[in-house]
Amino acid sequence: MRERHINAILLAGLLATALAAWGLDQPFTITLATKVAILALAGVGLNITLGLGGMISLGHAAFFGIGGYAMGILASHAQNYTPLMEAPLLIEGTKSMPVIWLVAIVSSALAALVIGALSLRTTGAYFIMVTLAFGQMLYYFAISWPAYGGEDGLSIYVRNGFPGLNTLDPIQFFGLCFVLLCLVLLFVARLGRAPFGLALMAARQVPARVEAVGLSPYRLQLVAFVLSGAITGLAGALFADLNRFVSPAMFSWQTSGEIMVFVILGGVARLCGPVAGAALFILLEHWLGALSEFWHIYLGALLLIVVLFARGGLIGQIAKAEAAHD
Amino acid sequence: MSSLLLFEQVLNGLQLGVMLFLMAAGLTLIFGVMGLINLAHGSLYMVGAFAAAAVAGATGSFLLALAASLAAAAAAGAVIEVGVIRRLYDRDHLDQVLATFALILIFSEGTRWIFGSFPLFLDVPDYLSGPVTLPGGIQYPLYRLVIILAGLVIAAGLFLLIGRTRIGIQIRAGEADREMIAALGIDITRLYTLVFALGAALAGLAGALVGAIQSVQVGMGEPVLILAFVVIVIGGIGSVKGAFIGALLVGLTDTLGRSFLPGLFGLFMEPSAATTVGSALASMAIYILMAGVLLFRPKGLFGVA
Repeated sequence: MRERHINAILLAGLLATALAAWGLDQPFTITLATKVAILALAGVGLNITLGLGGMISLGHAAFFGIGGYAMGILASHAQNYTPLMEAPLLIEGTKSMPVIWLVAIVSSALAALVIGALSLRTTGAYFIMVTLAFGQMLYYFAISWPAYGGEDGLSIYVRNGFPGLNTLDPIQFFGLCFVLLCLVLLFVARLGRAPFGLALMAARQVPARVEAVGLSPYRLQLVAFVLSGAITGLAGALFADLNRFVSPAMFSWQTSGEIMVFVILGGVARLCGPVAGAALFILLEHWLGALSEFWHIYLGALLLIVVLFARGGLIGQIAKAEAAHD
Repeated sequence: MSSLLLFEQVLNGLQLGVMLFLMAAGLTLIFGVMGLINLAHGSLYMVGAFAAAAVAGATGSFLLALAASLAAAAAAGAVIEVGVIRRLYDRDHLDQVLATFALILIFSEGTRWIFGSFPLFLDVPDYLSGPVTLPGGIQYPLYRLVIILAGLVIAAGLFLLIGRTRIGIQIRAGEADREMIAALGIDITRLYTLVFALGAALAGLAGALVGAIQSVQVGMGEPVLILAFVVIVIGGIGSVKGAFIGALLVGLTDTLGRSFLPGLFGLFMEPSAATTVGSALASMAIYILMAGVLLFRPKGLFGVA
């Protein structure tokens, strides 16, 4: 089967699941589908660095968390009617999703710029350890900063609004997340074929030749890292809105690991790999979680098997004939 | 008073530092010799602590508990090396990260399954508890002092092992050229298992020693693992000397930052804001230190450029 077809089936399947659940009046299933869309979005972000760029970032929870806190901070100020800042200029909190998304994207992109600029001075195993460490730094910062809930996190009582939609209705919120996911997938698909994407992939394969044609691998990778951080940050804002809750756990190393697991279970450098991976993860959590409190053991075993024996993930197994776009 | 407090905090920093060294030394050896990044090292730390707590609970002997932590962590290390890790040496770092992440999940949930979710407690034995008076009239807990000394003795032993013994020569040769030493008739597979078990034993011992001053619980290993990564980035991968210097730097920066930064900010800020900013900054101090090292020495202080 061709990868293009698998992608279409995956997205259609996700949409159909949510619509069917809507028809059968099962809001919990819609929420699960929404969770899949959001986590897939986070994975799509990571897949730009991991798949296209070949940079193993184990710190993407940093951006996921920043997106979450962008939502939490803005919305908590709005719900308490306290301004975010009074001097030198008055900034009010907001409950409007588009504004929150913009803030989440810009702030996680800025964080990715700083973290990326430092981390990309290293390669290989160093890069993994450094990104992991910066993620942990933000985790401890979120815990020790009492203004926004510290260790307890922040609760937002009413989901933020989007002009013209009732976001409290699960299917409408799902629709919003699904459309965002599709738009980002379209963007990433274009990115992979654009000169930038080709140069980025070349910088992963043979950095010396990229340099020889006058491009800077460092800059290419940094731009990719920033794009990737911004997308994961957007996913973080959506995830916080889904739960109406943010906590330092969004910054934890487990979150980084899990986002990476979505990408791997689905297939690295596959456009819709994260969608397949996130769906599989949520299904496993749902089924195995019902079977046993200790379902992470089975997840670990499955992951080991995928890494040791089934390289290429789900999509890699189905679309064997077609190589990942690298 | 201030200089007494400073001295006490320096000792606390040293104690954290030598424990981090036990973790980082194993990690850096494993990376240097086998080229493997091992996220599951924190799980071995946890295994050591749980083994010690279980044996201490059953027998009441702290020394037996320490022996158990060494044995259990070394055994767990050898088992995962033979079962899983061995297949990863020729893989890229991504596969290593994922497989060892999977091992963390299995170890953590497995431990929760066996021991339950509640923390265990490992008590400091009577003959090591209570304070001692150091020259200058400082009261300091005897157990922490023993940890520092034990850590320094193990560090010295490790340097001797690597620098002066036949096995150390093989380990260093393995870092330099693995095919060559295999050609010289050294069983490289056995050597790898040995190095991995050695690193695991050090981590397990650290877990048991620290477990007696903190609680023994699932997930205790990963924060320490990440600190050990910071140590390695600062010290340079593959360098045991770098790990030692890096560990002490990180231990001292963290401890001194936490105890003095809030006060330092109090000099020019109002107290409540100073506590907030100071403690938030203190929690980030070691990562800022790491960022500084990355700016000037991307390969770490003792890494080969």
